[in-house]
Amino acid sequence: MARITVTVNGADHTDEVEPRLLLAHYLRDKLRLTGTHIGCDTTNCGACTVLCDGLPVKSCTMFAVQADGREIITVEGLATGGQLQPIQQGFKEEHGLQCGFCTPGMMVAATALLERNPDPSEEEIRWALSGNVCRCTGYVNIVKAVRWAAQAMQEQAAPEEPATRQPATEQAATR
Amino acid sequence: MTTTMPGPEIHGLGHSMKRKEDDRFVRGRGTYIEDVVLPRMLHMALLRSPLAHARIASIDPSAAAELPGVVAVVTGADLAAHNLAWMPTLSGDTQAVLATDKVRFQGQEVAAVVAEDPYVARDALELIEVDYEELPAVVDPHAALRPAAPVIRDDKEGQDTNLAYTWEAGDKAAADAAFAQADVVVSLDTHYPRCHPSPMETCGCVADVNAATGKATIYMTSQAPHAHRTLFAMVAGLPEQNIQIKTVDIGGGFGNKVPIYPGYVVATAASLLLDRPVKWIEDRTENLISTGFARDYHMHGELALNRDGRMLGLRVSMVSDQGAFFADAQPSKCRAGLFHIVTGSYDLTAAHVTGRGAYTNKAPGGVAYRCSFRVTEASFLIERLVQNAAYELGIDPAELRRLNFIRPEQFPYQSATGFLYDSGNYPAALQKALDAVGYDELRREQAEGRAQGKLMGIGIASFTEVVGAGPHKDYDIAGIKMFDSAELRVHPTGKAILKIGVQTQGQGHETTFAQIVANELRIPAEDVLVQYGDTDNTPYGLGTYASRSTPTAGAATAVVSRKLLDKGRKIAAHVLECSPDDLEWQSGRFVVKGTPEQAVTIQDVAFAAYTNHPDDLEAGLEGVTYYDPPNMTYPFGTYVVVVDVDPETGVWTVRRAVAVDDCGVRINPMIVEGQLHGGLAEGYGIAAMQLITFDEQGNCIGSNFMDYLLPTSWETPRFETYAMETPSPHHPLGAKGVGESATVGSPAAYVNAVIDALTHLGVRNIDMPVTSAKVWQAIQQASP
Ligand code: FES
Ligand code: FES
Repeated sequence: MARITVTVNGADHTDEVEPRLLLAHYLRDKLRLTGTHIGCDTTNCGACTVLCDGLPVKSCTMFAVQADGREIITVEGLATGGQLQPIQQGFKEEHGLQCGFCTPGMMVAATALLERNPDPSEEEIRWALSGNVCRCTGYVNIVKAVRWAAQAMQEQAAPEEPATRQPATEQAATR
Repeated sequence: MTTTMPGPEIHGLGHSMKRKEDDRFVRGRGTYIEDVVLPRMLHMALLRSPLAHARIASIDPSAAAELPGVVAVVTGADLAAHNLAWMPTLSGDTQAVLATDKVRFQGQEVAAVVAEDPYVARDALELIEVDYEELPAVVDPHAALRPAAPVIRDDKEGQDTNLAYTWEAGDKAAADAAFAQADVVVSLDTHYPRCHPSPMETCGCVADVNAATGKATIYMTSQAPHAHRTLFAMVAGLPEQNIQIKTVDIGGGFGNKVPIYPGYVVATAASLLLDRPVKWIEDRTENLISTGFARDYHMHGELALNRDGRMLGLRVSMVSDQGAFFADAQPSKCRAGLFHIVTGSYDLTAAHVTGRGAYTNKAPGGVAYRCSFRVTEASFLIERLVQNAAYELGIDPAELRRLNFIRPEQFPYQSATGFLYDSGNYPAALQKALDAVGYDELRREQAEGRAQGKLMGIGIASFTEVVGAGPHKDYDIAGIKMFDSAELRVHPTGKAILKIGVQTQGQGHETTFAQIVANELRIPAEDVLVQYGDTDNTPYGLGTYASRSTPTAGAATAVVSRKLLDKGRKIAAHVLECSPDDLEWQSGRFVVKGTPEQAVTIQDVAFAAYTNHPDDLEAGLEGVTYYDPPNMTYPFGTYVVVVDVDPETGVWTVRRAVAVDDCGVRINPMIVEGQLHGGLAEGYGIAAMQLITFDEQGNCIGSNFMDYLLPTSWETPRFETYAMETPSPHHPLGAKGVGESATVGSPAAYVNAVIDALTHLGVRNIDMPVTSAKVWQAIQQASP
C-alpha cells in the first residue's frame, strides 16, 4: 500500500492505495466521483479523460500513485456552484450528447482545448477530440457544442476583465 | 375558473426542445451500471476460454478458491446442479451459461470468481486450472455446412450437422419466370462482415437476491427489461413477481444490450447462493469477443432487367454465420429477421430469397445492430446490386433507380416478399439529395477528372426500412407479442407522470415522450415526467431496439393521452355545467361553444378529477394503453456520398455525405437529426473499418479498440442532413421509427462511392470494410 495525497476538484484527499490501482478506479470507487467513465482497456476511447495539472489525461492509463501531489479536475469539477460551465451548456444547447457516456471525457478534453485555443476551427476541434470516441452522435453536434462554448466564453470575457472567466479554465490556466 | 392560456411553452410535436435528461449527464451525474454500489456487494469476474473449440477434460478451481478475498468460484457443474448450465436464446436455441462439456468459441464463459474486490476476482481467474482437449475449429460457414465438418452442437439431440436453420421468402416460380425473360442478369457476391455494436458502456449487472424477502432486484444493462424479467423467471425458475429489473442509465445499446448474457445469469445465481449482491461488469475485450455481434451474412444476389433498365426480378441466397449458438435477437418466426425487405425501394414484382444459418466456432449473437433485424444486410445488397446493374446497362445509377422506384401513388404497396409498405415518396427523396449534392456538376467533374487520372466517385443509396415491430400476428419475442405500452397519470396540480415499456439508451425518451403528451394534452413537456426501466413501476413492454419505440410506445402514449382527454371532456362538462358535446377542445382548454369566456384549462380539469368529479365517473385522471400496431412503418431516404480516392495509396476520403431522410412526422427534429448523425457515423465505420474477424484457429481478431477500429471525430465525415415528411397513415402521430435509418442506408452509399470512383477500371466490388489496402489492390489489378 502507498500513501497518496491528491487534489481533486479543489479538495485534498489522502488515501492508502494499492500501487496497481488505476487513477480511474481511485476516482470512481474510492472518491465516488462516478462521472469519469471507463469504456475500454486499451487507452483508445477517452471516456476516462480528466485534467491532471491542467492537461487532459486518460485516467485509465495512470496509476493513482502517479497522481500523488497533483491536481485533478474531473467532470464533477467543471460546474461551479450549480452553474454549468459554457462547455456543459454548449453540449446541452447543441445536442452534443445522447447516451452521455462519452460526454464527461469529451467535455474535459474540450475544456483543455479551449484553454490553449479559445477560438478553435472545426478542424482543430476534431483533431483535439480524436482521442475520444463517441458512438451516438456522429460528432457533428459535439463540434458545434465546442464552438458554442468558445463563443460564449469569448462573449463573457470580452466586455470584462479576464478574471471573470469560468473558474475551471482559470485554474487550468494558472498551472 | 381560470381561463387564461397556459403560459409556458408547450413543446409539442415538431419542437426541437432541449433534452430534459442532459442536465444530469453534463454534470457527470448519470447513473450507469458501474455506478451502482450496494451494501455488502461482491464482485464477479468470468474465466473465458482461450480456445475456439475444445473438450473440457477437467476444471480445478481449488487454488482460486483459496486466494484471500475470494468468496466463491462457480463452474458449469455447480450451475448444472441447479439446472442452470444452459439457457434458452431469443431465437429458440440453447446457449451454455458456463461450459460443461465443450467450449465452442474463444471467449466462452467457463467459470466465475466472486470476490470482495474486483482486482482480486481477476487475480483469482489466473489460478483456475482448466484442462482442454483441443478440437478442430470451424471458422468458415461454408465449410461448416459441408458434410465432413466436425459437429459443433453435439449437445443438441438430433443435430448431426452445423445447419442452424433454413429459411425462404417470396415466390420461386415467379422469380424464375422473370429471369427467363430478362435481357440482362447482374449478380453480386458479397460478405457483409461481422461487426460489433460496441456501445461506449459495456454490459454488466448488479444482482441482488435477498434471501430474507425472496426478492431478486437485478440492475442491468437491458434494452428490454420486461422481456428480460419474464425470461429470468422462466430460466431461473424464480417467481416473476419477485424479480425486478432496473436499468438505470444506459451508455448506448445499438442492439448489444438486447440478449441475455451468461454473466447476468451467473451473477444472479451467485447472489442467490451467497445471499449478497454481486456485481459483474465486463471489460471491453469481453464485450467484443463474447456479446452480440452483428451481420456476418454471405450473400449472393441476382437482379434481372430489361435492356431499357426495367427491373423484372430478384433472387437472393445467403449463408449466415451464427457462431456457436443461434442467438439472433429477433422475432421468433423470423429466422433471418426481416431480410426479405431486400426488394428495397423498387417495384420488383418477382422475388425469391433463401437463407441457411451455419454454426461456427465463433461468438453467438446476430443482434440487430442499429438495425431492424437484418434489414441492414438486405438494404446493402439491393443498393449495391442496383449500382452494378446501372454500370452493366450504361444507365446513370440515379436514373436506374428513378425508373424502378415504387411510385408515390402505389402506396400502400404490397411487396413480392410479403410486406405492406405504408407510405413513401422515393423519387422526391432522391431528387432532393441529388440537388443538395449538385449531382450533374459532380458527374461532369468526374468525367473530366478521369481523363487526368483523378479518381472521384459518387455513391447513392435509396433505402427503405421496415421498423416498429410489430403487429402481434407476425411478431413476438420468445412468444411475447411485440405490442408496447404507456401509462399516464395527470396529478391534481396538472403535472403528469408517463410510464413506458420501452427503454432509452440515449435516444432521449424523457424528452420525446413528454412532448407527445404535451402535444395531445397541451400540458407543457416540462411538466411531464417520463419513467421507464424499472419493471415494478412501468407497464409491460418489449423494449427499445429495431427503431420500435416511437412506432409502438409513442403511439401508445398518444392513444392514452387521448383517452384521458375524453374523460377530461366529461369532467369539464361537469365543472362548466354543460353537455360534453357543447365543448370544444382548443389548445389546452375546453371551451363552451359560442361562449368563449366559459372555459376550463386542462390543469383545471385535472384538479377537478380529484376534487370535484361527477358522480357517474371514477375519480382521477389516469389510464394505460397497450398498443398493437396495425402495420410496420417504412422510413426511407436517399444518401449520396462523394469520395476522392488517391490512386497511389488507395486512401479514400469522404468529400460530401448528404442524407435525405423521411421518417414521417418528427416529434423532436433536433433529436431525430442527432440519431441520423450517429447512424451515418456508424455506417461509415462499418464501411471503412469496423471488422471482427478470426484466424484459422478461431482466434478473434478485433478483440480490443486497437484492432477493432471505431471512427473518431477526425475521420468521420461532416454530414449534411435534410428532412422530408411523408406521414405514416396508420400511426396516431404519423411518425415512423428513425434510430437506425442511417446505419441501414449509408454503408451502401459509401461503398458505392468508392466503386464508382473505380468503375471505369472495371472494378465492381470490394467487400467491407473497404480499407485503403483493398482499394489499392483493386487499382493494381485493374491497371497492370
Ligand atoms: S477507458 Fe478508454 S481510454 Fe480510458
Ligand atoms: S453520447 Fe453516447 S457515446 Fe457519446
